[in-house]
Amino acid sequence: MLGKLTLAAIPYHNPIIMGAVGFALAAAAAVSGLITYYGKWRYLWNEWLTSVDHKKIGIMYVILALVMLLRGFADAIMMRSQQALAYGSSRGYLPPHHFDQVFTAHGTIMIFFMAMPFLVGLMNIAVPQQIGARDVAFPFMNSVSLWLTAVGAMLVMVSLGIGDFSRAGWPGYPPLSELRYSPDSGVDYWIWAIQLSGIGTLMTGINFLVTILKMRAPGMTLMRMPVFTWTALCTSILIVLAFPILTATLALLTLDRYLGMHFFTAGHGGNLMMYTNLFWMWGHPEVYILILPAFGVFSEVVATFSGKRLFGYSMMVYATIAITFLSFTVWLHHFFTMGASANVNAFFGITTMVIAIPTGVKIFNWLFTMYRGRVRFTTPMLWTLGFIVTFTIGGMSGVLLAVPPADFVLHNSELVVAHFHNVLIPGSLFGYFAGYAYWFPKAFGFRLDERWGRRAFWAWLVGFYVAFMPLYILGLMGMPRRMDYDINPAWHPYLEIAALGAAIIALGIACQIAQLVASFRKRAATRDLSGDPWDGRTLEWSLPSPPPFYNFARIPIVRDRDAFADIKQRGAAYRRPARYHDIHMPKNTAAGFLIGAFALLFGFAMVWHIWWLAASGAFAILVLVVARATREDTDYIVPAAEIERIETLRYRRLAAAGIIPAEPQGGGLPAFEPAE
Amino acid sequence: MPLLDPSGPIGAAEKSVLLTAIGLMLIVVVPVFLMTFWFAWRYRASNRKARYAPEWASSGKIELAVWLVPAVIVSLLGLLTWNATHRLSPYRPLASAKDPLPIDAVAMNWKWLFIYPRQHIATVNQLALPTNVPVSFRLTSQTVMASFFIPRLGSQIYAMPGMRTKLHLLADKAGIYTGRNFQFSGRGYSWMQFQVIATSPQKFDVWIDKIKRSSRKLNLAAFQKLERPSIETPTIYYAAVHPHLFEYIIHQVMTGQGTYASNGAVDVG
Amino acid sequence: MSVEVARHFATPLEERARSDAVANAAYGFWIYIMSDCVLFAALFATFIVLSRNYAGGPTGKNLIDLPYTFAETMLLLCSSLSCGLATLGVNRHSARQAALWLIVTFLLGLGFIGMEVNEFRHMVLIGADPERSGFLSGFFTLVATHGAHVGAGLIWMAVMLAQIAAKGLTVRVRSRLLRLGMFWHFLDIIWVGVFTLVYLRGAI
Repeated sequence: MLGKLTLAAIPYHNPIIMGAVGFALAAAAAVSGLITYYGKWRYLWNEWLTSVDHKKIGIMYVILALVMLLRGFADAIMMRSQQALAYGSSRGYLPPHHFDQVFTAHGTIMIFFMAMPFLVGLMNIAVPQQIGARDVAFPFMNSVSLWLTAVGAMLVMVSLGIGDFSRAGWPGYPPLSELRYSPDSGVDYWIWAIQLSGIGTLMTGINFLVTILKMRAPGMTLMRMPVFTWTALCTSILIVLAFPILTATLALLTLDRYLGMHFFTAGHGGNLMMYTNLFWMWGHPEVYILILPAFGVFSEVVATFSGKRLFGYSMMVYATIAITFLSFTVWLHHFFTMGASANVNAFFGITTMVIAIPTGVKIFNWLFTMYRGRVRFTTPMLWTLGFIVTFTIGGMSGVLLAVPPADFVLHNSELVVAHFHNVLIPGSLFGYFAGYAYWFPKAFGFRLDERWGRRAFWAWLVGFYVAFMPLYILGLMGMPRRMDYDINPAWHPYLEIAALGAAIIALGIACQIAQLVASFRKRAATRDLSGDPWDGRTLEWSLPSPPPFYNFARIPIVRDRDAFADIKQRGAAYRRPARYHDIHMPKNTAAGFLIGAFALLFGFAMVWHIWWLAASGAFAILVLVVARATREDTDYIVPAAEIERIETLRYRRLAAAGIIPAEPQGGGLPAFEPAE
Repeated sequence: MPLLDPSGPIGAAEKSVLLTAIGLMLIVVVPVFLMTFWFAWRYRASNRKARYAPEWASSGKIELAVWLVPAVIVSLLGLLTWNATHRLSPYRPLASAKDPLPIDAVAMNWKWLFIYPRQHIATVNQLALPTNVPVSFRLTSQTVMASFFIPRLGSQIYAMPGMRTKLHLLADKAGIYTGRNFQFSGRGYSWMQFQVIATSPQKFDVWIDKIKRSSRKLNLAAFQKLERPSIETPTIYYAAVHPHLFEYIIHQVMTGQGTYASNGAVDVG
Repeated sequence: MSVEVARHFATPLEERARSDAVANAAYGFWIYIMSDCVLFAALFATFIVLSRNYAGGPTGKNLIDLPYTFAETMLLLCSSLSCGLATLGVNRHSARQAALWLIVTFLLGLGFIGMEVNEFRHMVLIGADPERSGFLSGFFTLVATHGAHVGAGLIWMAVMLAQIAAKGLTVRVRSRLLRLGMFWHFLDIIWVGVFTLVYLRGAI
C-alpha cells in the first residue's frame, strides 16, 4: 500500500537531522503563521502562486534560490567543521553515512536548486523588459517550469525527514549509484528531484529561445540586444541541447535501479564508463549555463556603473557564442584519469584551454569598459570587481587542470574543489548577487541598503579566500576530496583556516539577511521614483519600478544598442504616447501550481515505490495538461482606457518627483507621436 | 607537499608541467590583476582628473591583443599538453634497462589488494617497490569505481569493476609513502589508504621472503572472506595466491557473480 | 518640405507580429523537437556502445525478424502519409477530412504499437528480456522510448479528435493539429534511425 515506505524511514536516531527537520518545519510554520496573521493567503494565491507574470515568477525563483542557498550553505558548514575536527584518531561528529549525504546534497542543491533558479529568476525578471516585450513567449509553461523546479527542491528537503538522501556524490557515478551499492531511497530522491526540475529547466530554455528570437521590439536587431539578453539566449541554447542528455542518462540509471537493466552495471554487459561520458556531456555545458548569465550581469553592471558603453560589444557577443559552441567539446576533461589514450586526452585538454581564450577576452573587455569611465562603487560594482580578480585565479587553476599530466596528480583532490568553487562562487554567485542588487529596485520599487551590501560583499570576498585558498594547498599536499575521517594531521591547520573562512561567509550571509530587513524598513527613503535608479542603459530602466503587469504600454522602437541610453540621449525619454491600445494578457491559472503539486506526489511515490500513487499523480498531470489545452479563455484583454489610467498615474508620479516637467495648466503632458 | 616533492620521474615530470603551465598563465593573469586595481582606482568617479570618454568602446589594437596574446599562450600550452600527455600517458611503459615489475592492484570495499604475479604473493594495504625499477600495474575494482594514487610518485588512474587499466610508475628515492583511493567509493572511502615502501632491490627481496613465510594463503575461500566490506583493514600478507586471481576477479564482476546476487541489494555495512 | 519624424512606438500590427501565439507555438515546438532529438541521440549512442554486449545471451541475429520490422515500418510510414492528408484537411478548413484521416493515422499508429508490444512480449517469453544484458537493455529502451512517444501521440490524437468534434477547426485547434503533425513526422524520422541502426545493423 505504501511501497517501501515505513515509519522506520524517519531518522529518529540522528539528532542532527531531526534538529534540521525541526528547524525547517518551524521556519515553515513561522512563515505560514505570519501569512495567516496578516491575512495574506488569498493574496498569495491570487497574485503569486497562480501568476504567469514573468516578473513574479522570476522573484519566486530568486526566493527559492536564496532559501536553498541557506540549506546548501548549512551543508557546507557541516562539511568544513567535520573535516576540521576529524583528524588523527578523532571521528568528528558526523557518522560516514551522514557526511556522505551532506556532500552529495550540498553539490546537488547548490547547482540545481540554488544556482539554476537564481539565474533563471534573473532571466525571468530582466529579459522580457530588456527586449521590450510584455512577457515571455509561453507564460503558462513558465509557471510550470517554476513549480517543477520548486518540487525538485521540495523532494530534497523531504529526504531530510523521510528516508535518506543520496550518498553517491552529486554526479552519482555508477556502480556506486546502482541498486547494489545504494539500495535505499537516497539515489532515487536524487534522481527524481533532478528529473522533475530538469523538465522545468528544459521548458525554460525553450521559452527563452522563442522569446528572445521572436519577441524583440522593432528595431532591436540581434546586435542591438543587451549583453545580458545575449547571454540568456546562449544559456537557453545550452539548456535545450544539454538537458535532454541528463534526462536520458538519469532515465537509464532509473531503469537499472527499478527494472534491473544493465546500462551502467559492472556486469552483464553494462558499461559504467558510458554514464561518465553522458553525464559530463551534459555536465560541462551545465557549468557554462551557470556562468553565462553571470557574465551577462557583469557586462550590464560594468557599463552602467562606469557610465560608459560596454567595450567591444561585438567581440563580447562572438566570445559568448564561441563559449557556447566550445562548451560541447570539452567534457572528457572531467575524467582524464579514466584511461583514455594520450591522443584523446590531449585533444580534450587542448579544447578545454581554447575555451579560456574567449573567456579572457571578456575579462579584458570589462576592464576596458572601466578605462576612461567614471566608476561608481555600488554593491553590484563591488561584486563585479571581486569577480574579476578572484575568478581569474579560478580560471587559471582550470587551465592548469586541463593539462592531462597535471590532472593526473590533481584529479579528485581538494585542488579541484578549490578550482570549481573559485569559478562558481566569484563567477556565478557573485554575478547573481550583483544582478540581485542591480535589479532589486526594478522588481520591488526600492533600493537595497548599500551599507549592508558592502559589508556582505567584503565578508563574502574575504571569507571566500580564507575558505578556499587553503584547499589549493591541500590539493598539492595530496588530500583527496570527500574525506570524512582519518585525515592526515598535517592537513589539519589548513582545514581549520578553511572552516574559519566558512564562518566569515556565514557573516556575509547574515549581512545579506540584515540588508533585506534594513532595506524593507527604510524603503520609503530609498524608493525608486523614476524607475531608473542607476542611470541605466537598457530598456528595463525606462519602465516604472515595479513595472505595471503589462510592462510597456506601447512597445518602444529601438534605434541603437543600449536602447534606453540612446533614447535618453535623444531627449525622448518618458515620452507619452498619443494613444493607447488594448493589450492582450494571459490570465493567472492554478494549473501550473497544481501540476507541481501532483509532480511532487509522483516523485515521492516513485522514490518509495508506491505505484498506485505514482500512477495517480501522473494521470492527474495528464488531465491538467489536457484540460489546459482545451481551454479557450486563457487570455483576457486589458482595455486601452485602463492602460491609460495606469499610465497617467505614472506620469503624475514622475512629474511629482521632478523627473519630467509638470503638466502645464489645462493641457496634456508633452506628447509626441505622429498620427498612425 | 608530495606533489611538489616527488620521489619518482613521473611525479617529477608532472610537477614540471604544473609549474610551467602556471608560469605561462601568469603572463596573462598578472596584468589582469594590475589593470583591475589600477583602472578601478584611477577611474573612480570621484577622480575628476581622469579622462572620461563615455563613447569610447572599441579599439582594433586592444581587441587584437586580447585575442592574440591568450591565443599564443594557449598555443604554447597546447604544445606542452600534446607532448606531455603522450610522454606521461599511464599506459606508456617507462624507458628503462630493467625488466618491469608487474603488480596487480584490486580496489575492494574498502581496502586495496596487491598481487605480485611473478612472486606469487599478495598483500592487503601494503605495497613494496624496489627503487629504480619500473613498475607495471594492472588495475581493476571488485566493487565500484576507485582511483589509485600515490601522490609522491605521480599519475593516478581509475580502477573500474569489470575493466582493466594500466599504470607505469617508478620510485627513484627510498622512503615510506602513502597511497590512497581518490575516487569516492562509499562508507569506508576515507580509510582506503595503503602504505608504499620504496626500498632497494635487495631489501625488496627480503620483504618478499618475509611474506612468503607468512601463514596465510589467498585461495578462493580466503578471497571470499576478504570480499566482505571492511574499514580500517590492517595489513595482511598472503604467502600464496590463487592463480590468475586478477582475471578471475574481472570475470566474476562481469558475470555478476560473487558473494552478492546480481543487482540484489547488499548490506555494505 | 516635410521632416521625417522618428516614430517612438510600435504599431499594434508590429506588436501583434511579435506575440503571434500560433507562430510562436510552432517555433517553440520545433525547438522542443530538437531537444527530443538530443534525447534520442543519447539513447542511440548508448545503444551503439552496448550493441555487442550480449553477456552470453541472445544477440540481434537471434532476435530480429526483418519482415516483421518491415511491416511495422510500413504501418508507421503510411500513418505519416495519412497524417499529411489530415493536415491538408486542416489547411482546407475541412473538419471532416482532418478528422477522418486523423482516425486512420490513429489506427495505423495503434497497429504499430500493437506489433511492437507483441514483439517485446515474444522476446520476454524466450528469455530475451531487458535485464538479460546491456545489449537488450539498450534495445528495449531505445525502441520503447520511441514507442512511448508514439503512444503519447496517440493520446494527443484522441484529445484532438474530441476537440475537433466539440469546437471544430478553430485557430487554436488548427495550431495544435499542426504541432501534432510535426511530432508525428518527427517520430517517423526517429524510426528510420531505429530500424537502420538497431534492426538492419543488428541483423547482419
